[in-house]
Order: sequence, then structure tokens, then C-alpha cells
Amino acid sequence: MKNNQTGMTLIVKTITRLTVGLILVYGIYIVLQGHISPGGGFAGGVIITLSFVQLMLAFGKDTALKKVNQAKCIFLSGVAAFIFLILAVCGFVTGHSPGFRDGHSTFFSAGLVPFCDIAISVLVGSGLFVIFLALVLLTQEQE
Amino acid sequence: MELHLILLFMILASVLAVEARDLISSVISLSAVGLGLCLAFLILKAPNLAITQLVVEILCVVVLIRATIKKDLPLVRDGRWFFNTISTALFVVCFLAFASFALKELPNFGEPVMRVSGEYIANSLEKTGLKNIVTAIALNFRSYDALGEAAILFAAIIAVLAITRKTGRINEK
Amino acid sequence: MSLYFLCLVLFCVGLYCVLRKRNIIKIIVGLVIIEYAVNLFFILAGYRAGGRAPILAKDQEVLNMVDPLSQSVVLTTIVIGMAVMVVAVSLAVRIYEKYGTFDITKIRRLRG
Repeated sequence: MKNNQTGMTLIVKTITRLTVGLILVYGIYIVLQGHISPGGGFAGGVIITLSFVQLMLAFGKDTALKKVNQAKCIFLSGVAAFIFLILAVCGFVTGHSPGFRDGHSTFFSAGLVPFCDIAISVLVGSGLFVIFLALVLLTQEQE
Repeated sequence: MELHLILLFMILASVLAVEARDLISSVISLSAVGLGLCLAFLILKAPNLAITQLVVEILCVVVLIRATIKKDLPLVRDGRWFFNTISTALFVVCFLAFASFALKELPNFGEPVMRVSGEYIANSLEKTGLKNIVTAIALNFRSYDALGEAAILFAAIIAVLAITRKTGRINEK
Repeated sequence: MSLYFLCLVLFCVGLYCVLRKRNIIKIIVGLVIIEYAVNLFFILAGYRAGGRAPILAKDQEVLNMVDPLSQSVVLTTIVIGMAVMVVAVSLAVRIYEKYGTFDITKIRRLRG
């Protein structure tokens, strides 16, 4: 039976210390090159959520909540949704799809799409982590 | 040939997921079905979808196991069990029979029609500058679908926060 | 043609689970199986034999790609399916807290 107050065993904790940062960096990489290679905002956002979920499963709820607050995550997902809305209705104002066209496979070569990807990944990442936190807090109060 | 094998593996794992007596076994068989689906997406030349399906399925399995790990499973057979099973099996057989008539109207496997997609593929590089055509369709040609999806995700977040609220438990009698 | 039929058989396995099981978690498992089958059917319908993945590469000029429109639709559908499943699981956990069981034949009172 898992003891949720102190997390998992020592082997899991040691490996989690090594791999949490790597998973976060991999998620950011998938988001930033989503317009050149397979990837995109949704997959990268879910990978960022998975790194926080691993932190919480291995070390217990209290240690993970010290790093990321629940109120901060809700605020972050709301701000990201608002930014994505503003970017998406830019076409109403200017009449065409605005943005940079600088080179062939660089970050600024595709207009507003990479910035939409970043906003979507922050929305998906922090939103799904808030859902996971709410479920864990609910099932822990039933014991 | 490989697609037939992967589909048979998925059907076998899903039958196991449906009929398992233990909740943990059926959730793990469900993750085997998801892994088979990710392999099928790779064989059908859709790398974007394979990445998304793999990570989404990992998160779904973590949520299912984490939220239901301590509960038990009641399994009784009473009432009109025989009649229910026979009528469900009859419905499934009728559905498959009519579906096999409808499947003859689809174009052959391996020859899609691609009337609209031809335009998207031909104009993607000059109009949008994106090399990933799936991202170009989802975030540039059809960007309001992505807006609708962000709205659905936001509504799901608010729904879960409202369901698991503390103030709803004050009125218990 | 037989691939489409196997995909529909997978759909029917999930449908049988939703119709016949008494445990809420089993019903959610059936719902997820139905969603997997529908996504697979979309991608099977858009496959071109001998095609390439829909990514423009630098030195490949041949443009016979698989259908990218169905792939972008399924990309949206996968994430929406996950959102629906998470809401259903949170409802199930709340029902367990109020009634003490997952059995759907014992949850009859629709009052608040």
C-alpha cells in the first residue's frame, strides 16, 4: 500500500532527481520545433505536465506543492488561454495572417504559429496539472 | 500485413480489459490497447499523432490508476442477465452486418479522394511558410478548430475544479 | 476492407462494455476503447498506399503524401477525448464518496 505522505522508495526518488529536468527540457523542445518537425503545442504541453506529475508521484504531495502552487497554475492557464485568444483573432483586425517570414526553417519563419504553440503548451500543461492536483486532493481526503 | 496483426492484438487486449475481474488489470490492458494504437499510427505514416497519442495515453492511465486504486469491484449476476446478454449480442451482430454493407461504399483502402487536401499540400509553403503540414492545417488554415479545442480544455478544467470543491460537502444530512 | 471491419469490431467491444457492465470504472474503460477505435478509423480512411508522412523535407520533391486533413482532425480529437475521460473519472470518484459504491444499480436517487 503506497504511503502518499512521504512518496516512494529511495531508488525512485534518486532517478526522479535525474530525469525530471530532462523531461521538462524535452517537452519544451517538442513545442519550439513543432512547425518544422512532428510535434506541436498539444503534445509538448502534455509532456510538461508529465514531468510535474512525476515529481508529485515520487516525492509526495507536499514537496511538489512547494514548487508549484495551485493558485499560480490556475492563473497561468487563464493567462495563456487569453493570450491564445488574442493571437487567434488577430486575423480580424489586419485582414490577413500577420507575422514574420524570415528564412526557411528558423523560429521566425512562420508568422504567429510558433507563438500560438507556446501559448497552447502553457495552457495544456498547467491546466492538466491543476486537474491532477484536484483529483489527488479529493482522493486523499477520503482516507 | 503488420496492420492486421496490430489490430488483432488490440482486439485481444481490449477483450481482456473488458472481462478482467480486477480493476488494475483492466486499466493496464487498456494501456496495451493504446500502445498498439500508437504503433498503428506510426505504420500509417502519422508521426505527429503517434507522439500525441503516446503521451496522452500515459496521462490517462496515471489518472485512472491514481484515482481508483483503493476501491473494489462488485460482480454479481442476477435479474434478467440472460435476456440482456442475448439482446446486446443480437444488436452488435445487426450493427456489424449493416456496417459491412456501408463499408463497400468507401473508397478502397490506400486510395483516398483528397480533393481539399491537394490544395492544402500545394499551397502550404508559400502561404504559411510551415513545413509541418498537419500543424499548418490545424493552426493556420483551420485555426478556429484549435480555438474551440482550447475552449473545451478550459471548460474541462473548470468542471473538474467545480466537482471537487469543498463547499459542496457542507450540506450533508 | 477487412481492416475497416476489424476496426468496427474493436468499436463493438467497447460498446458491449458500456452497455453491459455494472461498475462505473469499467464503463469509462469501454468509453476509451470506443474513442481509440474511432480515431483509428479516421486515419485508416486517409492512408495512401506507398505515401509519405506529411512533412516537407528539403531534398525530396515527390509529393505523394498521406491525407493530412484527417490527421489534423484526429489530433484535436485525441486531446478532447482525454478531457472527457478526466471529467468522467472525477464524477466517478465523487459518486463513490457520496454513495460508498461504484455499482450503478444502487445509485438511484437523483436528489442533491
